[in-house]
Amino acid sequence: MSSSIKIPATPELHYLLRLSDTCLILGQRLGEWCGHAPILEEDIALSNMALDLIGQSRALLTLAGQRSGEGYDEDQLAFLRDEIDYRNPTLAELPRGDFAFTVLRNVILSTWLKLMWERLHDSSDAELAAIAGKALKEARYHQQHAADWAVRLGDGTDESRRRCEAALATLWLYTPELFEDDAVDAAATAAGLGPAWSQLREPWLAEISEILGEATLAIPGEAAFRSSGKRGLHSEHMGYLLVEMQYLQRSYPGGAW
Amino acid sequence: MTTNTEWPLWEVFVRTKAGLDHKHCGSLHAADPKMAVQMARDVYTRRQEGSSVWVVRSDQIVASDPSDKDMYFDPAEDKVYRHPTFYKLPGSVDHM
Repeated sequence: MSSSIKIPATPELHYLLRLSDTCLILGQRLGEWCGHAPILEEDIALSNMALDLIGQSRALLTLAGQRSGEGYDEDQLAFLRDEIDYRNPTLAELPRGDFAFTVLRNVILSTWLKLMWERLHDSSDAELAAIAGKALKEARYHQQHAADWAVRLGDGTDESRRRCEAALATLWLYTPELFEDDAVDAAATAAGLGPAWSQLREPWLAEISEILGEATLAIPGEAAFRSSGKRGLHSEHMGYLLVEMQYLQRSYPGGAW
Repeated sequence: MTTNTEWPLWEVFVRTKAGLDHKHCGSLHAADPKMAVQMARDVYTRRQEGSSVWVVRSDQIVASDPSDKDMYFDPAEDKVYRHPTFYKLPGSVDHM
């Protein structure tokens, strides 16, 4: 079947989907660098990270499918949902931009994911805890790789610094969404499934401040804008991303390789 | 005067598992030592090839001159007595 699947509105399921979709959509964006990165070595590094993220999302989507009560598998969840049923924060879906934009988004999200996996390692859900244990190793490397680039570029040439400052100014607008709670977080903390997203803010800001400080980049000020991807209300970029990502599965339903 | 915009070349050595030696497996470009180690990890250990990597700046390697090959290596040709193959090993000694 290539028609869209429907997602039950249970908070625990949405908690898993917010995380799985962050990995899935960021992985899709990083995969776009394949064949386009500044140098061959970095091309492979970015593709490796994309594959790590897609692997993490596969594990989470399989788990979400089991918990959904609908018997969905990872492919159905990855490729047959409508846009409003994707629950990644908007930050993950923004177009890949230039290399500085990609590096700084990776700094922001890999730090966030690392802190998330650390906490999920203690989840009351044994399967989620196991996924987190494996993903944590990958996220630690992603953070280190991105942070090293941020320092080189931020504290680099006038051009690299200018690009970093421009990228950070845009990216920062989308970071509040990573730390806002709602009923999904309340249900997850009550069940011991995982942390409320707001609990990540303090440790995240501490690590980001250290990285940006070393990169001699200033943290942008707060703005009133709030993105809402994790509630299914995405930016205008999401539809284009999904068209490309879903095309094969929609055209050749059940296709496998 | 030329401006050098190429990143330096590094030789990569990978150890497959503890106890074995690091083996040369290729080279890559990187701006600094830290990047070189990360790139070596990303380019050469993607399929579980390694448990440790070394990188060495290629221009730091001192190599023998190919034109010295005859002088350096041919004289060893007729000195079979340097191989320890004339000793009889006890049967209990493996892998020699």
